[in-house]
Amino acid sequence: MTAPLPVIIGVTLVVLLGLATFLTWFERRLLGLWQDRYGPNRVGPGGLLQAVADGVKILFKQDWIPPFADRAVFVLAPAIGMMTVLLSFGVIPVTALWSIAGTLDVGLLFVLAMMGMGVYGVVLAGWASNSKYALLGGMRAAAQMISYEVFMGLSVLGVVMQAGSFNMRDIVLAQSGLWFVVPQALGCAVFLLAGIAETHRLPFDLPEGENELGAGFHTEYSGMKFGMFFLAEYAGIVLVSALLATLYLGGWQGPLLPPALWFALKTGMLVCLFILLRAALPRPRYDQLMALGWKILLPLSLLNIAATGAILLLRTPG
Amino acid sequence: MPDLPFLLFSLVAAAAAIMVVTRPIAVHALLYLVVVLLALAGLFFALGAPFAAMLEIIIYAGAVMVLFVFVVMMLNLGRPDRDRERHWMAPAVWIGPSLLSGLLLAALWPALRAAPPAGPGSPTVIGPEAVGIMLYGPYVLSVELASFLLLAGLISAFHIGRDIRGTGTGTGTGTGTGDA
Amino acid sequence: MFGTLRTLWLTFLHMGHRRETVGYPEHKPPLPPRYRGRIILSRDPDGMERCVACNLCAVACPVDCISLQKAEQDGRWYPEYFRINFSRCIFCGLCEEACPTYAIQLTPDFEMSEYLRSNLVYEKEDLLISGPGKYPDYSFFNVAGVKIPGKDKGEAEREAPPVDLHTLLP
Repeated sequence: MTAPLPVIIGVTLVVLLGLATFLTWFERRLLGLWQDRYGPNRVGPGGLLQAVADGVKILFKQDWIPPFADRAVFVLAPAIGMMTVLLSFGVIPVTALWSIAGTLDVGLLFVLAMMGMGVYGVVLAGWASNSKYALLGGMRAAAQMISYEVFMGLSVLGVVMQAGSFNMRDIVLAQSGLWFVVPQALGCAVFLLAGIAETHRLPFDLPEGENELGAGFHTEYSGMKFGMFFLAEYAGIVLVSALLATLYLGGWQGPLLPPALWFALKTGMLVCLFILLRAALPRPRYDQLMALGWKILLPLSLLNIAATGAILLLRTPG
Repeated sequence: MPDLPFLLFSLVAAAAAIMVVTRPIAVHALLYLVVVLLALAGLFFALGAPFAAMLEIIIYAGAVMVLFVFVVMMLNLGRPDRDRERHWMAPAVWIGPSLLSGLLLAALWPALRAAPPAGPGSPTVIGPEAVGIMLYGPYVLSVELASFLLLAGLISAFHIGRDIRGTGTGTGTGTGTGDA
Repeated sequence: MFGTLRTLWLTFLHMGHRRETVGYPEHKPPLPPRYRGRIILSRDPDGMERCVACNLCAVACPVDCISLQKAEQDGRWYPEYFRINFSRCIFCGLCEEACPTYAIQLTPDFEMSEYLRSNLVYEKEDLLISGPGKYPDYSFFNVAGVKIPGKDKGEAEREAPPVDLHTLLP
C-alpha cells in the first residue's frame, strides 16, 4: 500500500476523528440502552447528528486561555494528547496487507512508546492550568498512567514471547491456529485493565474524578481544546480496543467475512465492552487503584511471563 | 558521509539541549529535555537500532521524565524561583564551566578525527532478537549486576514505604505516620 | 472479582428491559387533577368573578408573586387588577389554600415557557377562566351574608333572616 503521504494523513485524520466523534454519540446511546433510557435521540435519524451538533457547538465556543495559565504549555498539552493517540494507529495492521502507515518491526514498542508520551498531554494540562484541581488531576494521572504502563508492557510480553516478534503483523499471523486470548488469558485481563487505566476511562477515570476534582486535568479547558481531550479519549478507546483485537483476538483473521470487516467487528465489540464497563462499575478510590496495580496486576503479569517462558522452553526441542 | 535525518536529529538534540540549560522555568526545561531524548531516539533509529530507540522513548521520555515532571509539580515553584534561575544565568556563573568544557572538546576533537569513520551510511538494522542474544550472551554478568541493583532498590523502597505502626489502612504507603 | 463480573452481566441484561423514559412532547405525562400547575381565577356558576380581593393569597404567597387591588361595585368586591408574576411563582399552592372563595386555583397545566421574561407576568384577563373550576356549584355570595343586587341580607343559603332590632316580639 503506497499511497502518497498527504492522502494517508488526511484519510487517517478524517476517519479516526470521525470515528471518535461518532463514538461520543454511540456511547451515550449505548449507556442509555443499559440504563433503561434513550440517550440523545432527537437530532437526525436516531440522534446520529447529535455528534455533529456537539462538534459545531464546541467549535464555536470561546477559546479561552486563563490569564494565570502557562500559555505555551497550555496550548501544547491537548495537541500532545491527540497526536500520540493518532500516531499509535499508524502501525496497527487492519488487514494482512494494509495498515495506515506500513509495518514497523518494533510496532508494538512504538505503540507503547506513544502511550507513554500520551501521559504528557494529561500531566502538562494539569500543570499548565495552574489551578489546584487541575494540578491534583495531573498528579493522579502521572502516577496512575506510569504505573499501568508498566503492567501493560509486562502483560504484552507474553504475546511477544509466543509470537517471537514485536511486529504486529507477525503477532497476528502467529494466531492463525489459536487466538492468544486462550493461552494468554491472564495477560489479556491485565492488558484490558491497564488499557482502561491508560486511557483514563471509567471506572479508572481518577484524573478527571468529577465529583472531587471538578473535571480534573481539564478543569480550565474550554472550546476545542477541551474537545481535543474529549476526542483523544474516544480515539484512545478505539486504539486500546484495536490493540486488544490485534494482540489477543487474532486481528483480521476469521472465517467467511473479509478481513477488514473482522477487524472492525472485533474492535467494535471491545469498544462496546469498554462502554459496558462505564455503565456498570463505580470508580474505585485512588489507593485502591494503586494497590490493585502494584499488588495484584504486577505479580500476575510477572507470573504470566514466567509461566509463558517456562512452557515455551519446555516445548522447544533440544 | 552523515545522511540528512542523522544531521537533523543531531541538530534538534543539540539545540534542545541548549534550551534545557537556559530555560528559567523548570517544566519548560524538562519539556526540552524530553525533546532531546526523542531526538536521541531518532538518532538511534537512523543508526539502525530501532529497539534501542523505542526503549529510549518508553523508559526515558515516557517514564523517567514524567516522574521528573511529577516532582516539579509537587514542588510548587513560583516567581521567586524563576528569578533565582535567571540570576544563575549571569555570565560569571556559566563562563568558567563553559571554558573547561570547551577545553575538553578541543582535546577530544583530534581523537574523534583520528578514529576510523564508522560510517552510518548503510547501517545494519539491529533488531530486538540480536539485542537479547547479546544481553544474555557476552553481557550476562552486567545484566545480573543490574538486576541485583534493581532488586535492592525495590526491597529498600518497600522497606521505606512500610506501614510501621500498623495504623494506616494498609493500602497506602506511610499513611500511619501522619497521626502520631 | 465475581461481584464485578456479576454487575457487568446484570447491566448487560438491562439491554432487554423496557426504557423508563417518557418521550415528553410526544407523550404527555398523565397528571392528576390536583396537580399544582398554572394558576387561574375561576368564576362562580353565575359567571361572576369569584375573587373578592381579600388579599389573603398575596399574604400567603411565600415569594410575593401576587399583587392585586380591591375595587367595589354594588356591594360586590372584585379586584381592579390581579397580577401573578409566574417567573417568581413556585407553584406551592398556598394561595389556593388561603383563598376563602375558591377563586384562585392551580391547574394541571405546566407548559408556560416564554422567550421574554416580561411575558410571564399574567394579568387578570390572562388568569380568568369562564368556568367554576374544581368547585362547580359553589358561589361565595350565595353563602355569604353580604348584600348584593338580587340578594338581600338573610337570603343566602342556610342564613336566617336578619333580626329586626326595632321590634319587641320574641
